[in-house]
Amino acid sequence: MATKRAHSAQLLALSDAVASLVHDGDSVALEGFTHLIPFAAGHEVIRQGRRDLELIRMTPDLLYDQMVGMGCARKLVFSYAGNPGVGSLHRLRDAVEHGWPTPLEIEEHSHAGMANRYAAGASNLPFGLLRGYSGTDLVAHTNVKFVECPFTGEELAAVPALRPDVAIVHAQEADRRGNVQLWGIPGVQKEAVLAASRSLVTVERVVDELEPRAGGVIIPGWCVDAIAEAPRGAYPSYAHGLTERDNDFYKAWDKLSRDRDEFLSWMKEHVL
Amino acid sequence: MSASRGDVQTIVAARHLADAESVFIGVGRPSTAAILARAIINPDLVLVYESGTIGAKPTRIPLSIGDGELAATADFVVSVPEMFNYWIQPGRVDVAFLGAAQVDPRGALNSTVIGDYAAPKTRLPGAGGAPEIARGCRRVMVVAPHSKRTFVERLDFVTTPTAPVAVITDLGVLEPSQAHDGELVLTQVHPGVTADEAREATGWPLRVADDLRETSAPTDEELTALQELLSR
Repeated sequence: MATKRAHSAQLLALSDAVASLVHDGDSVALEGFTHLIPFAAGHEVIRQGRRDLELIRMTPDLLYDQMVGMGCARKLVFSYAGNPGVGSLHRLRDAVEHGWPTPLEIEEHSHAGMANRYAAGASNLPFGLLRGYSGTDLVAHTNVKFVECPFTGEELAAVPALRPDVAIVHAQEADRRGNVQLWGIPGVQKEAVLAASRSLVTVERVVDELEPRAGGVIIPGWCVDAIAEAPRGAYPSYAHGLTERDNDFYKAWDKLSRDRDEFLSWMKEHVL
Repeated sequence: MSASRGDVQTIVAARHLADAESVFIGVGRPSTAAILARAIINPDLVLVYESGTIGAKPTRIPLSIGDGELAATADFVVSVPEMFNYWIQPGRVDVAFLGAAQVDPRGALNSTVIGDYAAPKTRLPGAGGAPEIARGCRRVMVVAPHSKRTFVERLDFVTTPTAPVAVITDLGVLEPSQAHDGELVLTQVHPGVTADEAREATGWPLRVADDLRETSAPTDEELTALQELLSR
């Protein structure tokens, strides 16, 4: 659990932050629910050649398609693995269906299950509790148990807390002491950071003073290990109010990720 | 004005939201139908997307459930844990509009895998929010293409056990029959579709209601609004 953090986040270059926080074999959650997906940080993990990661993310999206396709992952924990509104994640499917480039173990949940797993992790509780999973075939294939309510006797689903070694999220801005603010769709980023042992927040910009925003979510610098400036670091996802989601790229990815060689050459040209 | 079968499906799905208070939607045809319903049938309809946007008022069809316009126009935006724990689980959302790769004779859904789980023929995206959305919302409606691949006797994987009040396809509407223990029965066919055609496109011996109705043809207003929406 996250008990030994520095008193305030360090402002680092992205490559230094990733090198110091992400190691081979770690469980790593890069979160951002459609919005604020930390692509720049994920690409840095790929460039540093990390292997055997347990990648955790509710909606793997294009970023985990790229990380899995580049061989970073041993295991994937998720709840919806698609290219939203477009179709399949072809690299991820290739890994699951054909073991390319390496076999990929999967552990899948529902969104409600994953959300409660993060919330339990952030709360330092051993498990999350919800009405769900019963009657689904997920029960036979994932990590869920049923418990009885001590007050009413109702049967409820229990899902184990998520405690990633590292959480990485993207936000609009941070101040120089590492206090973070994000707004727009908040997803599960705060929970992921609070649940993880170590954390990195990439930001569009570092500012002298955070200005209060409607719907703004604050993550204090004393709960974050490192901040790295990464302008446009969510592209092709977006940072509400600052950048736009590139829907055309999401559609184009469907074609250029189908073929292994075309995928590899795209990654060489644009990421490596 | 002529309408494709897909257009008729979208319009019929929108009509099903005439008296709904709120609807939980994913992307694709269900989302188009809900936006259309809000535009011309039910202006007070609250659109809820699982990204956390409640009361979104999109003027264009979003590609993803997290498009910026949804957050910018929403009454309020919540985190994912709040969405599922405070809004879905207690039954605060009226209708769930769901799609699926497979639908069984009682309306249970598969969006996880075709073939064997360990050695899948096709790996699908997975559950997403569907199991708890179907369980939490007061009424479930399914919007799916009518084919033998989709309407199967037995699901390869039960992702979402549910009993929808209506299944809206591009050929007609299926509804559960109490006389047949909740089995889905063809109760409505779209203009130009016969019961036989729907039967042939279903992977189980589809029962047809004695009082089979024909969908009233899309009005000019419905078609114009849909085409405007699709062209934006």
